[in-house]
Order: sequence, then C-alpha cells, then structure tokens
Amino acid sequence: MTPLLSVRNLVVEYAIGGHTLSAVSDVSLVVARGETLGLVGESGCGKSTLGRAVLQLRRPTSGRVTFDGKELTTLDGEALRLMRRRLQLIFQDPIASLNPRRRIGDIVAEPLVIAGVTDKAEREKRVREVLTAVGLDPDLVLGRLPHEFSGGQCQRISIARALILEPEFVICDEPVSALDVSIRAQILNLLEEMKRRYGLTLLFIAHDLAVVKAVSDRIAVMYLGKLCEVGPTERLFKAPAHPYTALLLEAIPVPDPTVRPAANVPGGEPPSPLAPPSGCRFRTRCPRADVQCAAEVPELRNLGDGQFAACHHPLI
Amino acid sequence: MTEPLLSIEGVSVDLPTARGPLKAVDKVDLVLAPGRTLGIVGESGCGKTMLSRAVLQLLPKRAKLGGRILFAGRDMARLSPEELRRLRGPELAVVFQDPMTSLNPVLTIGTQIVETLQAHLGMDGTVAARRGAELLAAVGIPSPEQRLRQYPHQLSGGMRQRVAIAIALSCEPKLLIADEPTTALDVTIQAQILDLLAREQKRRHMAMILITHDLGVVAGRTDEVAVMYAGRVVERAPTGQLFARMRMPYTQALLAALPRLDAPPHTVLPAIGGRPPDPTRPLPGCSFAPRCRYADLTCRNDKPLLRDPEGAGALHACWHPLP
Repeated sequence: MTPLLSVRNLVVEYAIGGHTLSAVSDVSLVVARGETLGLVGESGCGKSTLGRAVLQLRRPTSGRVTFDGKELTTLDGEALRLMRRRLQLIFQDPIASLNPRRRIGDIVAEPLVIAGVTDKAEREKRVREVLTAVGLDPDLVLGRLPHEFSGGQCQRISIARALILEPEFVICDEPVSALDVSIRAQILNLLEEMKRRYGLTLLFIAHDLAVVKAVSDRIAVMYLGKLCEVGPTERLFKAPAHPYTALLLEAIPVPDPTVRPAANVPGGEPPSPLAPPSGCRFRTRCPRADVQCAAEVPELRNLGDGQFAACHHPLI
Repeated sequence: MTEPLLSIEGVSVDLPTARGPLKAVDKVDLVLAPGRTLGIVGESGCGKTMLSRAVLQLLPKRAKLGGRILFAGRDMARLSPEELRRLRGPELAVVFQDPMTSLNPVLTIGTQIVETLQAHLGMDGTVAARRGAELLAAVGIPSPEQRLRQYPHQLSGGMRQRVAIAIALSCEPKLLIADEPTTALDVTIQAQILDLLAREQKRRHMAMILITHDLGVVAGRTDEVAVMYAGRVVERAPTGQLFARMRMPYTQALLAALPRLDAPPHTVLPAIGGRPPDPTRPLPGCSFAPRCRYADLTCRNDKPLLRDPEGAGALHACWHPLP
C-alpha cells in the first residue's frame, strides 16, 4: 500500500549570520493513511521545521515530500493552494493562533471563504456543525472574541478551524503543551475522536513522550535535525534501540513515588545545531559512544518488526 | 516535633480586578520543618504561585494579604523592607520558572553572583569571584571561570536555570522556593535540574517548596504534597501516603488524566470535564463540585474544610472522600 505522505531525504537549512543551520538533515519517513505518527524530540531538534516543510510553509532546501502521489515541493500558486485544503496545521499556542479582533464564527469560517464557498448560509451551517463536533455550543460562541475563552476552548476553536475543510492530513504541533493537565486530556480525547469521525491521518509533534504514546501508532524520535529511531509505539517503549530514545524514556517523571526517579540521567545538553558533532550527533551525550560514532554517521537500519534505529551500538 | 521553619496560618490573598475582588488564595494553612521538602501541586490559577509570593512578600502592590506567615519565628508581614532584604538571600531564596526573569540580561553571570555574595555575605571581590566559580561547578556547569564572563543570553535554558539555582544557593538559604523550576526546560534537562535540586537540598539540609503542575515531578522528590484547587489546599499528605491512597476526588482525577506509560496507545483518557470556577465568583460549596462525579447537595452548599478525620496525618477537604 502506498503511504499517504512520504518524505524522502528532506533537508531544511537556514542561513544565520554567515553560518548554515541545518534544522532538518536528510530525514525520510512515511505516514500511512489513517495512521498517527508521533514525532518526538527536544526543543531545537527540528521537529516543527519538519512539519512546516511538509506543508511547504517553509520550502525545503532539498528532498521530496509526496502527498497522495503528488510531489508538493514543486507545487506553487493555485495548485499548492488547492492542495493545502487537504493538509492542515494545529498550533501550540491556541490563543496566539486566533486573530484577537475577529469573532469566532468568522475565524472558523475563514478557510471556507478562502476555498471559495460563497453561500453564507452554507458556511454558517458548516461552522455550526464543526463547532458542535469539537464540543462547543455554536449559539454561545459564534459572536464572541477569542479573549473570552480559556486556552482549552481556544484549542477547540483552532481544531474546528483546521477541520472545517475536511482535510485528510493534519499536523498537530505541540497541540496540548500549553494546556493544564485536566484540559490536556480533554483535547487529546477530542483529537482521537475527530480522527475517527473525519478519517484523519495525523502527524503529532510533541516533546512529551507520554502524550505522544497516548495517540500514536508509530513514533519517530528526532535529535539535532536527524531521526534516531522510528518504530511501532509499544515496541519503542518496551525495547528502545537508540540510547537517546532510552534517555528520553528514563527522564519522564512518573507519578508514582515507589518508582525511583532515574538517578543521574546522563548529563550534558544538546550541542549547538550550528556545529553538530561529527558522526552520530548524539555521541557527545551517549554512554555507548566510541571512535566509530565520531567517524561515521549511522544510517537508519532495519531492526525488524518495523523498528529502525540510526546507531552503531543499538541497545537491542 | 521540631519547631517549624515556615508556618502559613489562614493565609488569603485578594486581588482587586475590574470584575471585583479575585480570591487567589483562600485560607491556606501549611507548615514546613527545617530540611523538609513540600510539593505544592495544582493547575494554572489555583493560587500556588500567589501563595509562594505571599511567603516571599513579593505580592503585587494592590494585593490584600490575610492571615499570618511565620518564617523562623518572624511574622513576615511585619518586617521592614530592610529586614526583608536581609532575609531574602541568606535565609529565603527563590528559583522561578523562567530564569530570564531572575537574571539581569545586561550583566555577566559573574557580576550577578559576585554582587549577591558581596551584598549578603560581605565578601570582597576576589573571594566572591572564586566562590562564584565554585558554585557554578557545584551546579554542574562546565568551565565555570569562562561562564562567569558570559551573559545570560549566551547560555542555554538549562544552563541559565543552573545559574539561577547557583545564585539562589549562594547564601546558603534555609528555605528555597522553586516555582515550576523545570517547566520551561526539555525533559532530559528537567531530570538533571530536579536531581540537582534534590542533591543540594539534602546536602545543605535546606527546606524546599517545589511548586509544580506535574504530579510526576513531586512523586519521587518530596516529603509531603499539598494539592491546591481554586485557591485552597484540598488535600495534603506525606507523599507516599498521598499516592497510595488519594482521598480527594480532584487529586485522583488529576492523576487519572495523565497519559499512562503502561497504557496502550489510543486509550481514552479519563478527562476532568469542565474547568475551574471563575475566581471572582467564589462558589458557596466545594469549588470542585461542578466537575466532581460524587458531588451532591451538601457539596454544592457547604464548603468542606481541610481535616484529618482518621488522625492518619493525611488531610482532605471533601464531604465524600474516596475510600
């Protein structure tokens, strides 16, 4: 079966004061129709840039992005605009991503206006439908402004706006990290429900592995612009192959005092993406690193059962 | 029983707003013994930060403080600005969520540490600079002498937080208040910083208040936990006891709403419906009642007090505590 989305050898570089920052370097991944792929990594690892490059909001430096058999990197103008209806994005900061001076009804209807739905009654009908679907009462919200809503409600509004054109593919970029725990669970449940109802395929970007686990069929782990590991969610949690995945798992604070917090999580911090280490980019923090890790860039290798890791000395 | 280092007695904080007074903290009682660690857990707006600001006497000007805060036997509200200045640093220190708010962006790290040591401990410049480098090394900053010459923006978020901790620890405080110290940091860095705080707290026999929204953060690293909701402490117990047996439905719901690492993907999370009440419109009964599945008429009409009916050292404010 051909995947809905396929990213091949994607590179995104930024020029910063005479230097080249390679935010995404040579990343390849696929997302099957109906699947949720979780993309995990720490700040600055390039996960958001990757998401934006998929949507062509940031043009990749090289590589290919194929969606439903069509190459997106060469699309522009009207063709790209039409394609974008099928791919949508939900942002982290739900309040900042809504125009503070426009009414909720207009915010949610805007994609329809842009898509050329001229019938006002038709637009209102669809706005009401999607607002109801995300758990809001249209009569109570249509005429109000974003500041009248809490973070969780604004995120519901953002989701409604992303879904109104009935896209096939939605990128959720840290959709719950600005929300309180009790609200976070509501929004995660809502995303799962919307996925079923609208038959969505999701790329779910987050730094929190526990959150990613709750919604993802497979998980991809990124570090300093490169993929470390990709695999089915449960497998990755039970038997991480890349030491960085293992470190991320160990660092999750577990709400159970009988589980001792990992004593002395390996120290160090991610190096500057302007000067990534030679060979394996994780080697400066890796307890297993040796000369080979400094000399050779590890390729993503198939470990069986859908698990791939880019490591010279995998844990399994 | 040791004399408490900090005792918070019936403390309330009211903030005037355009929509009427906002009850940020509502009659909170807490005690903390020397060398102990108290976790305060709650979601945004529950009053945990306002409570810590009341302890530090750093409340907004228009805020009205009620009740009494005793620190090492002294009534904080009665101290003069000069007495407070002498207290903050040597006895009472704080680490905030965003280290950029506590570090001065136009001064080098060295200047900021040296200033603190000179002002509070009367060290001369050279001694203070040497001590500064030692402190940076103690909080795990590589090549400390070099770092002393750098500005905050030249450091990563995790490094800045280490510097903020070094400054907070520089005068050997008796109590450190850490207000969401790792919320702005990545998960691997979070674990390092929490380890660092725990290590220094033990080594210095320093009391610590760890304020967080994350039950996972307090679980392995506190002696006692107080859970706050809508300005009140709704449950308080020794950490092990609390996690073994949560009595207040809110605490249990908060834990249940966290995605579990041992649950398979696509497990529906038991979310808490609704959201916290408007703090300018206090409810007559239990503040959690509108979201609580056990709530009845009593809960809606009468406010439950924090009590320990079984004398087990575990307190809860609930008419229908969980078994």
